[in-house]
Amino acid sequence: MTVNGHEVTTTVGPTEALLETLRHLGLTGPKGGCHEGECGACSVVLDGSVVCSCLVLAAVCADRHVVTPEGVEAPDLAEALVEHGAVQCGFCTPGIVVSASVLLDRCSETGDRPDRSRITEELSGNLCRCTGYCGIITAVEQTLDRRLVRRGR
Amino acid sequence: MNGSRRPDVDAKIAGRFRFAGDLATDSTLHGVTVRSPEPHARIIAVRTAAAANAPGVVRVFTSADVPGARNVGHIVRDQPVFAERIVRYQGEPIAFVVATSAAAAARGAALVEVDLDPFPVLDDPERSEAPDAPVLHEHGNVYRHLTIRRGDPTISAPVVVQGEWSTGRQDQLFLAPESGVAAPTSNGGVVLDVATQDLHADRAQIAAALALAEELVTVRLAGVGGAFGGREDITLQIHLCLAAHALGRPVTATYTRPESFLAHPKRHPARLRYELGADHDGRLVVVRADVLLDGGAYASTSGPVLGSACYFAAGPYRIPNVEIRGAAVATNNPVSGAMRGFGAVQACFGIESTMDLLAAELGIDPIELRRINALRPGDRFPTSGQLVGDHAPVHEVIDRCAALPMPCSPPAPDRVRGVGFALGVKSHLYGEGMPEWAEATMRVDRDGATIVSAATECGQGVENAVRRLAAEVLVGLPVTVARATTDAGYAGSSSASRATWMSGGAVGLAANEARATLVGRAADFLGVDRLHVGLSGGRFTAGQSSVGLAELLGDDVVECSSTYRAPPTERGDPSTGAGDVHVSWMFVAHRAVVDVDLRLGTIETVQIATAQDVGRAIDEREVIGQIRGGISQGLGLALYEHLDAPGGRVVNAGLTDYLIPTAADMPEVVVALVEHPDPRSPHGGKGVGEPPSLSSTAAIASAVRAATGRPILRVPIRPDDIYR
Repeated sequence: MTVNGHEVTTTVGPTEALLETLRHLGLTGPKGGCHEGECGACSVVLDGSVVCSCLVLAAVCADRHVVTPEGVEAPDLAEALVEHGAVQCGFCTPGIVVSASVLLDRCSETGDRPDRSRITEELSGNLCRCTGYCGIITAVEQTLDRRLVRRGR
Repeated sequence: MNGSRRPDVDAKIAGRFRFAGDLATDSTLHGVTVRSPEPHARIIAVRTAAAANAPGVVRVFTSADVPGARNVGHIVRDQPVFAERIVRYQGEPIAFVVATSAAAAARGAALVEVDLDPFPVLDDPERSEAPDAPVLHEHGNVYRHLTIRRGDPTISAPVVVQGEWSTGRQDQLFLAPESGVAAPTSNGGVVLDVATQDLHADRAQIAAALALAEELVTVRLAGVGGAFGGREDITLQIHLCLAAHALGRPVTATYTRPESFLAHPKRHPARLRYELGADHDGRLVVVRADVLLDGGAYASTSGPVLGSACYFAAGPYRIPNVEIRGAAVATNNPVSGAMRGFGAVQACFGIESTMDLLAAELGIDPIELRRINALRPGDRFPTSGQLVGDHAPVHEVIDRCAALPMPCSPPAPDRVRGVGFALGVKSHLYGEGMPEWAEATMRVDRDGATIVSAATECGQGVENAVRRLAAEVLVGLPVTVARATTDAGYAGSSSASRATWMSGGAVGLAANEARATLVGRAADFLGVDRLHVGLSGGRFTAGQSSVGLAELLGDDVVECSSTYRAPPTERGDPSTGAGDVHVSWMFVAHRAVVDVDLRLGTIETVQIATAQDVGRAIDEREVIGQIRGGISQGLGLALYEHLDAPGGRVVNAGLTDYLIPTAADMPEVVVALVEHPDPRSPHGGKGVGEPPSLSSTAAIASAVRAATGRPILRVPIRPDDIYR
């Protein structure tokens, strides 16, 4: 598979989750918060879609493309998260960055501007216990608006 | 710019921040805990041979392997490191299997045979003190009784209402499950990297259990993925240190989520019975309340939690006649302990729900009833009788909260809207006579200043806060915060809304001392009197001449250590609870707006407005972050969160069955900060972590009552509390 643009060859067990494989590769961005696909801390991008890597068998990822939080390039989102106080303990943050970056990339390509409740809905697979989410959603909204303004120019 | 962003934020966003679970290397051994499947049983035998011989298993540890204290505890040392003869709750640790991989350790753990002879289970706290109840501890089934009496609580009042309320067992649900890595040291000791709230309390218990001098045990803070009270008690710390010390190799463990639910103490389920009397104008005359807390199988912090529940059971009101009878009792349910709000959350739901009953009985607007009775500066606190001083802005939090804008959108046609209001109060710092201090060191070299402190950053932002406080003194000098370890001097726990107050106090003192030393050296360097030396933009200046840190210090290091001591408190009178039991109080108001679907019994929280007494906001953005996060946990307790344990057996220990608010459940939050620097605080700031959780739950319940006309006697509220 490719991970963050690099070819990776590794041996995996028959029941091994992608999350375990990635962490064995030294990528600690994806976090194990529940191991049952509820918290979203293990979110990664698999062939363009956000998945919970704790629920994906590593064996089915042969020849596929994986992006972990370490591979997300979104300095504008990062700055907005800082600005809106969207990070406290930070355990959910890498997963949030993954989910938000997919949303942002899609919308800045299509020019779509989902309203706050649709953005909230799309990010509701990522649990956060510290921040009450408000700053996270505002940061994503603001990043999208700024990208759309740049796109419009 | 230095100080404009949290020191940890960039690493956290990039996924580079090292949490406790990110530290293991290929050579680290892995441990898995064997837990009791029964909530109450005699241990007949623990057979470890099959596990010990399993592939990859290095060793199996049980109570026989504990060289020192068999029992530990944050306050009362009653909790076995491993259960030895009796298990008292489901999930109690019995053995710790160490292997070359996590999978091998888990396979080994499955091979440990535990023969148990089940005992009758005490799962109802109402029965704990019954003569025929199973006795769980040598000293009986009561962790603490507390009676508070003021005035004449037998007095009758023209209008009296009664209410009986209950609250659920809330899990702190920090997102990063318990994790740590222990390693042996060359001097025969052990070093532990762990996610915790209290490094020194962990060290004391580890040293006792391993029979080591405390100096041989170092505890270092690993990245903490949330805490909220759930990391105050020992979980895996001693097991890891025991194994690493015995095996001479590093050992790690990370709990699964179901294990995490069983392992750490939760918010006490409470039953609260109230009688509240007033005159016809709404002035409160008397409150009588019984507070019963389910302490679960071990003491943990049940004693002080009961203190908090009882002292705040009369709310922030002028009430001349008070009787609060409290008990925290033992059951075979999951252990209860600290969670954000620490007993005052349950008490708030009790008194505020009863205030709503009284408002309805009197026909007075609920907010007006609170205005009539709210404490004013100079009043005495209703339970302790302590003078509240000049910094009790209760009326201001009511008025500011009530004036915040209501939501713009109307409810959907098939929903009913309700608005509720509640006031919260709690002390910060330990109180009740606990001696309280924090130490910190300011180390300055040519590159800048470093704060050395054992204050534990759990995500709440204490590192950021103390750095800002230091930067206010060391104007323009770069300030960093060293990793917190037990080498740094005692700081106490990150709990009780105390870390920024206490360690901020110590850091402020150390920074001022460092500044004075540096100014003295700069005066000598510049050949002027020290009174003429100023510090700005990181340079020491006198008239036209100035000197920077590198030139001033060369290779020298200036190190200043300080201890901040909190104003003293006292234990309340044994028969009345009266006394100066707290340092100072935090006041908060919440207004909730909910839309309820009466057919489905579902509730949408539309808006929470809050005004909070923060003293002084050291970093407004972070204060608001605490407020929003605390409200989300209050929302969780109001509508979703209860770890259900019928017969002492937990049935929903997973995130599929134990629901916490998602982004889609979170309402709009509107905040007003009430800022009057508290002169008792070393920097004017009050604690801000707990108040958002105090009355948000009660306000939501109140709003659901207003929408539905149903009594709403418990939280979390279930759909069948609403069906008509």
